Amino acid sequence: MSLLSTQALVKSFGDNRAVNNVDFVVRQGEVLALIGSNGAGKTTLVNLVSGLYRADSGRIVFEEKDVTSASSYGRIQAGIARSFQLVNLFDQLTCADNVALSIFAREGKTLKLAALASRDRAVWEEAQGVLRQFGLDSKASILAGAISHGERKLLDVAVAYALKPKLLFLDEPTSGVSTREKAPIMDIVSAIVRAGGITVVIIEHDMDIVFRYSERIVVMHQGSILADGSPDDIRRNDEVTTTLIGTHVTGESAY
Amino acid sequence: MPKNRPLLMVLAWLIPVAIALLAAPYVVGPFHTLTLMYGLVFGIGVLGFNLLLGYTGLLSFGHSAYFGAGAYTVAFMVKYFKIASMELFLAGSVLVSVVISLVFGIVCVRYTRIFFGILTLALSQVLWSLAFKFFWVTGGTDGLRVPTPSLLGMSPGTDKMEFLAFQYYYYVLAVFAVCVAVMWVIVHSPFGKALQAIRDNETRAEFIGIRIRRFRLIAFVVSGAFAGLAGALWAPLNGLATPDILVWTFSGEIVFMAVLGGFHNFIGPIVGAMAFTYLKTYAVGLTVYWQLALGTVLVVLVLALPKGIMGLVELIVARLRRPR
Amino acid sequence: MESLVIHGLNALLYSSVLFLIAGGLSLIYGVMRILNLAHGSLYAIGAYVTAWSIGAASAAGAPNALLFLLLPAGAVAAAAVGAALEPTLLRPFYRRPEEYQLLVTFGLLMIIEDCLHLIWGPNPLSAGKVYQLAGSVTIGTSRYPAYNLAVIAIGILSALALWAFIYRTRFGVVLRATSQNMRMALALGVNVNRIYIQAFTIGCLMAGLGGAIVVPGQSAVLGMGVEALVLAFVVVVIGGLGSLEGAFAGALIVGFLRETGIALFPEVELAVLYLIAAVVLLVRPAGLFGRA
Repeated sequence: MSLLSTQALVKSFGDNRAVNNVDFVVRQGEVLALIGSNGAGKTTLVNLVSGLYRADSGRIVFEEKDVTSASSYGRIQAGIARSFQLVNLFDQLTCADNVALSIFAREGKTLKLAALASRDRAVWEEAQGVLRQFGLDSKASILAGAISHGERKLLDVAVAYALKPKLLFLDEPTSGVSTREKAPIMDIVSAIVRAGGITVVIIEHDMDIVFRYSERIVVMHQGSILADGSPDDIRRNDEVTTTLIGTHVTGESAY
Repeated sequence: MPKNRPLLMVLAWLIPVAIALLAAPYVVGPFHTLTLMYGLVFGIGVLGFNLLLGYTGLLSFGHSAYFGAGAYTVAFMVKYFKIASMELFLAGSVLVSVVISLVFGIVCVRYTRIFFGILTLALSQVLWSLAFKFFWVTGGTDGLRVPTPSLLGMSPGTDKMEFLAFQYYYYVLAVFAVCVAVMWVIVHSPFGKALQAIRDNETRAEFIGIRIRRFRLIAFVVSGAFAGLAGALWAPLNGLATPDILVWTFSGEIVFMAVLGGFHNFIGPIVGAMAFTYLKTYAVGLTVYWQLALGTVLVVLVLALPKGIMGLVELIVARLRRPR
Repeated sequence: MESLVIHGLNALLYSSVLFLIAGGLSLIYGVMRILNLAHGSLYAIGAYVTAWSIGAASAAGAPNALLFLLLPAGAVAAAAVGAALEPTLLRPFYRRPEEYQLLVTFGLLMIIEDCLHLIWGPNPLSAGKVYQLAGSVTIGTSRYPAYNLAVIAIGILSALALWAFIYRTRFGVVLRATSQNMRMALALGVNVNRIYIQAFTIGCLMAGLGGAIVVPGQSAVLGMGVEALVLAFVVVVIGGLGSLEGAFAGALIVGFLRETGIALFPEVELAVLYLIAAVVLLVRPAGLFGRA
C-alpha cells in the first residue's frame, strides 16, 4: 500500500533540473534509503515532498490525497515530518523545550497565551519520555546549543519524531558524526521507528549504514531514479556501483 | 534567556524592590517620584517592545507609533469627547493601538531583519507626519493638553503635583505590576515558547507546524498594545501630547532602553527603561549636549556590553557562584 | 506653462539633493550591507562645514570666486569623517547581527547631532551670499535663481560621474564584485577592508556634497540630518536598497511627487511620501531596481 507517491515531479533551479520527472513511491511501514552522489536530487526531492520547495510540475499524493499545493503546514498536519542535514534546532532553548515544542504544536496548543507552559504535565512527561528513548534524558535541561554534535543529530530526529508523523524523512542523520558514533545513533533511531510503525525515508551517504538499516533502496542520479530494489538487488546492480563508486565491486559489502 | 531560579532567590531582590517602590513617594520628593513614574511607564512600553525583539527576534524601529497613538488617543478623548476617566483612557488607547498595530503588523511581519526595521520606521513616520501636518486636529507641534484624569471615579483634586506624586503614582505602579505579571505569563506560555522557537530557527519552527506569520503578527499586536497602554499612562504625566512622541528617534530611544537593560532577559527592558530615564534626566539637567552623552553610552554599550546591564549582572553572579 | 517649468525645476532641484544623499546610503548598503542611520548626519556635516567656511571666508573679505570654490568643503569634511568612522566604529560590527549596526549608527547620529551643536551653536548657519552672487535667469516673465540650476547640473553630473566610476572603471568592477560576493572577492585577493573604507567614504562624500550644495539655498540647522535620513529612506525604499539606478529613479519620483503635493495638497505632502514608501514595500519590497 503506497503511503506516498510522486508523479512526474519536476524542479529546476535555472538551467539545472534537480528533480527530473520523478515517480517516487514509499510504501506503508517500510524503511527506505534514498542514495545517490551529491547533486543527484535527493535533498531536493525531500524538500519538495516536505513542502520547503514548490514543484514546477507533477503531483504529490499522500495517503491518497493530493498534497501538491498544500503548504508545509498542511503537509505536517497530514503527517509528514522531517529532520535536517545541517542540524536545525532551537539552540537557546533546552532539549526538553525543543521536543516539547513539537508536542505542543502537534496538539494545537501553541496559541495558548494565557497559561504557563510548565503546567501542562502531560506534554513534559511525553517530552521526557521521547528524550529517554533517544538516550538524551540526562540533557533535558541543557540548552540544545550546548550538547555534542552526535547528540544534536539525535535531538534533530527526536524533534521530528515527537510530531508522531506517519512518514518521516531523515536527511543524513549521521553526517558529521564520527564513524564510531554512527551505528549507535542509527540503532536508536531504527529501534524507535520500528517500534512506532513509522514509515521512514533516510537520505544517507554512508553505504554501510544504508545496507544495514534499510529494507529498500532507491538510487538517484542526476535528478532521476536510477534503481529501486532490495539491498541485495542494489548491491548486484552494476550500473549503480559504477555510477556511485566508480568501480566494479564484488558481491560483498566493501566495509 | 529566562532561567528557572529558585523562588527564594527571586524574592531576595523582588521584596526589597517592591518595598522601595511602594514607599517612594513618602521617602523621596515629588521630582524623583515623577522620574520614577516615567521609568515605570517606559518600562511597560519597552517590556512590550521586547516581546518582539528578545523573544521573537524582530527589531522594530517604529514603536513610537503605538506609544504615540496611545498618548494621542487620550488627548483626543479629552479634547473631542470631554472624557476624564483614566479607565476609559486605558481602554481606548489599547483599542486604538491594537487596531493600528494590527494594520501595520499585517504588512510588516512578511519581512524580517532590516526590511522589517525599515518598514516599521516608515509606517511610524506616516503617523508622525499626520500628527505634524494636520495641526488643526492634533495641535501640531504645540500639541494637545492632557489634564489630570479621574482615577477609579475619584476626581484628581486641585493640587496637581500632589495628585501626580501620590494617587497617580500608585495607580501607575498597580498597572505596571499587572502588566509585568501578564507579560511574564505570556512569555512562559506555550505561545511564548513558540515565539522563541521562531526566533531561534524559523525553518524548524515552520517544520514542526508553527505558522510563522500568524505568530509574529500576534506578538506584534500584543507588543503594540503594551506600548499603547504605556502611552496612555504617559499622557497625563507629561500633561501634553506632541508629535515628538511619534518621531522615529523616540523609537530609537525605546530600542536603546531595551539594549541598555539587556534584551536577552525578562526584566532587562524594565531595568533599561529605568536606567535610561534616570540617565537622560541626569544628562539633560547636566548639559545641553545630553544627546552626545547618551549617544556615547549607546556606542560603548553596543561595543563592550551587548548584553546590557542584566548581562553584566549575570556575569557577576556567575563569577560569585564559581567555587574558589 | 511657465509655472509648470518652474515647478519642474524645483522638483529637479529637490531630486538632485535627494539623489546625492540616497545614492550614498544605497551605495554603502549595496557594498557593505550596512544601513547607516547616521547618514543624514553626514549630510548635515556637509551643510555646516560649507556654510561655515563660506561665511568665514566672506567675513574675511575673500573674493567671490573663492566663495564658490569653497562649496565642496563640506563634502570633503564629510568624506574625512566617514573615512575615520568606518575602521573604528563600524568594522567591529560586520560579523555581528545586523541589529547591532542599527544601534551603533543610531548612537553615532546622536553624537554627531550634538557635536554640530557644540561646534556651531544652536542658530542656523547660512551661505546665502553665494546664492545671491549667482544671480537669476529669466524664465518667461519670472526670474529664477541661477544657483538652483547649478545644483541641478551638479546632481546630474554626479549621477553620471558615479555611474561611470562604478561601471567603467576597474575600481568599480572590484566594488561590484565585492558587493555581490564578499567572500569570493576576499578569496580572490581583493583587499575587502580597503574596498569597504573606500565605499563608505564615497557614500559619505555624496551625502556631504548634498548638504554642501543645499546650504546656499537654505540654512544649516540642527535636526536637518534626522529629517534628511527619513527622506533618503523613502527614496531607497522606492528605488531599491543597494541600487544606484534605484536611488536616481526614486529621487526623481519623490522630488516630483513632493512638488505636486506642495502645489496641490500642502497638508498631506509628507504623509503621502511615507505612505508611498509603505505601499512600495508591500507590493514590491525590493523596490523598483533592487534585489531583495
